[in-house]
Amino acid sequence: MRKDQNLGEYLRMQGVSRRGFLKFCSATASLMALPPSAVSQVAEALATARRPSVIWMSFQECTGCTESLTRSHAPTLESLIFDAISLDYHHTLQAAAGHGAEAAREAAMEENKGEYILVVDGSIPNGNNGYSTIAGISNHDMLIEAAENCFAIVAVGTCAAFGGLPNADPNPTGAVSVSEIIKDKPIINVSGCPPIPVVITGVLAHFLTFGTIPELDALGRPVAFFGQNIHDRCYRRPFYERGQFAETFDDEGARKGWCLYKLGCKGPTTYNACATLKWNQGTSFPIQSGHGCIGCSEPRFWDKGGFYDPISAGQWGSRDALLGAAAAGAALGVGSALAARARKKKAQAAEEI
Amino acid sequence: MTLLEFASGPGLQWALWIFVFGITWRVVGAVFLLSRKDISKPRHTNTISAGLGAVWSRSSPARAFEKKIRFQHVTGYAWHFALFISVLFFAPHILFFESVLGFSWPHLPNTIILITAIVATAVLIALLIRRATHPVQRFISNADDYISIFVVLVPLVTGILAFTHFGARYETLLAVHLLSVEVMLIWFPFGKLMHMIMTIPARFQAGTAFGRRGVKA
Repeated sequence: MRKDQNLGEYLRMQGVSRRGFLKFCSATASLMALPPSAVSQVAEALATARRPSVIWMSFQECTGCTESLTRSHAPTLESLIFDAISLDYHHTLQAAAGHGAEAAREAAMEENKGEYILVVDGSIPNGNNGYSTIAGISNHDMLIEAAENCFAIVAVGTCAAFGGLPNADPNPTGAVSVSEIIKDKPIINVSGCPPIPVVITGVLAHFLTFGTIPELDALGRPVAFFGQNIHDRCYRRPFYERGQFAETFDDEGARKGWCLYKLGCKGPTTYNACATLKWNQGTSFPIQSGHGCIGCSEPRFWDKGGFYDPISAGQWGSRDALLGAAAAGAALGVGSALAARARKKKAQAAEEI
Repeated sequence: MTLLEFASGPGLQWALWIFVFGITWRVVGAVFLLSRKDISKPRHTNTISAGLGAVWSRSSPARAFEKKIRFQHVTGYAWHFALFISVLFFAPHILFFESVLGFSWPHLPNTIILITAIVATAVLIALLIRRATHPVQRFISNADDYISIFVVLVPLVTGILAFTHFGARYETLLAVHLLSVEVMLIWFPFGKLMHMIMTIPARFQAGTAFGRRGVKA
């Protein structure tokens, strides 16, 4: 796509029909919880949008977020939109390497000062900057430098959004999220391990359409995608209501597709669009595949107890502590009873006198 | 640490320690306060059956009073039965108990639990209103009565809200529900909720004492 070409021209060049484009706009508007009247606005804005510069930084991550975006399904309109942005720096995807790559990043930052979108995946080691460096620059310093002149930051994946796996106890690298370092820029957290690809494109489409950041929840996630918990949208919910649960992963309940609550499903406390958008072009999502939700789009999901412990299970502490409490109570009981008897005896003695 | 993590972790543990400490204190104290050996000649020696008889006979009002206290009689049983079903036969509750007891039992469909929880809540509110407005009941009630009703009523209301996902996010409602249960556990040994532990032994003890003296009660 040429720099002076708008998105509409580019999509037509790629053979995308007007009908297909409008269908995508309707789906995008619907995804973003916009009214039907906004579809034409979305279409007009997207058709005339110029390609925004995107600088993608990968820090302490597993590349799963990039894999999710690039390999999850065959090329679609979403991926064409993704192609239509000017991805000026992404060290996993770019052909350039070494000084050439860093020079491209610096040039893109200079050319698009105040306008580029900074996408970050991976957490930032804050304990010792030497844990993760790119071209000799620590992740921390590179983030600060890139964030200084960006328009907004999209923290892709739970690592960038909340610290994720590197942040799990005992957090040897002192991993933190983007929002713990950058305080003066709008940050959109697109959490998930990995996040749903269409959520990324939805956020980008929102940028292209309105030039603003979407409405965010208390954790900085787009409400349109993270506004409801998975349990409320789960197709297995009726089984929960009827009290029909799979007790193991291979019992009759599991084969019949009953609710996975007893097997530790975190759907009720996890906010994401998995149950509605699904994965691989709407084919399936973890619960549909027979495994409970592990709550990967929530902060500290790794440290919130076992994946297979039901949400309602309590952490009762040690039996020794309970026995200690019982022993202390028994000692006090004996003591207070003896004291009461002594008082009674004293009173009786006083009466006799 | 989130509110839910606190409620299902340290909050629960502290509440349990206080609960267990308080219960053993009250029970051991009561056992040690029992009168020492009665040296009088017993009129009846089968005191166990007398004790069991008292446990049974006090489970329903004397015929002469039945008409007068029918409301308390019916609502009392309805409340306890509905609470019993709601607490012990809701699948997530059973998972909660299973995490400490190590065993579980069959659960009921959520619809039945929702009905019993609503019945329990409605009956308890009705009883609370009656206690606050009936001249005699009001006279014999003290702060302990109202606190004990309140600490049981709040878990019921928050439980229904958590179940229906109404009013706030589920994890917040669940955390508030757990915290309200923890407040109840902490209050339990020190107030009238102790009747749950004491009622049957106290009836039995009174029944055996009466039986020994030949009192039919």
